[in-house]
Amino acid sequence: MIDKLDAALRFNREALNLRAQRQEVLAANIAHADTPNYKARDFDFASRLTQAVEQGRGGQSVQMAATSSRHIQGQASSMPDRDLLYRVPSQSSIDGNTVEMDAERINFADNALRYEANLTVVSAKIKSLLSAAQ
Amino acid sequence: MPHPSTSMNIFSVAGSAMAAQSQRMNVTASNLANAESVAGPDGKPYRAKQVVFEVASSGSGQQDIGGVKVAGVVEDPSPLKMVFDPKNPHADAKGYVAMPNVNVVEEMTNMISASRSYQANVEVLNTAKTLMVKTLTIGQ
Repeated sequence: MIDKLDAALRFNREALNLRAQRQEVLAANIAHADTPNYKARDFDFASRLTQAVEQGRGGQSVQMAATSSRHIQGQASSMPDRDLLYRVPSQSSIDGNTVEMDAERINFADNALRYEANLTVVSAKIKSLLSAAQ
Repeated sequence: MPHPSTSMNIFSVAGSAMAAQSQRMNVTASNLANAESVAGPDGKPYRAKQVVFEVASSGSGQQDIGGVKVAGVVEDPSPLKMVFDPKNPHADAKGYVAMPNVNVVEEMTNMISASRSYQANVEVLNTAKTLMVKTLTIGQ
């Protein structure tokens, strides 16, 4: 039964997790608006979400060093850094920085709103599950 | 397993950017204040200084998402302004005084830029905080 509960919330969990990661990437872009040679990063949310839902998180998992055959292998996965893309600037800057503050701010606000919308959906889902359980 | 500190990281990234921008503002203030300082502690005229930002490595390999680090404060190598003022005690044999190479207009724009960037990071921080607080009330 627990796995069904887990499955009911899985999609939203993955979406929230990716939104939080994207928020972090965008925050870093805004933080580096004045850093020479910094290249603005982002990732394709839709494809990453599809990947996370279909194949689970983290294409490459972090392996723990096992010095004995009886050690249990951990299943930790890290954020796949390789999937981070570079933004193509519409106006290039002379110091090699590709952060465009207006675009980043819009993306940040948009991402925050979508994160909040996702939270609302999760809350509603939990409420309906609770009322079904009572 | 989620990224260990996925959203807590926003706070450190934006926080480091704010610290870096405020250091830039400090240097600008020093430049503006010393725009007329003919002699510093070493007896030489003041030279304008600029901060250089770089990405603080997060220690996780090639991933270059991290906070802002001040790589160093560099001195402006451009020539000093020579002003003709024979009455000045620091004047040379020809009556010229070496004045600091501070460009006041440049410093003012630098200051505005630093303050705008600082504000942007404060807003990022506020948004992240709001989202965190809302996340804590999931399912209530």
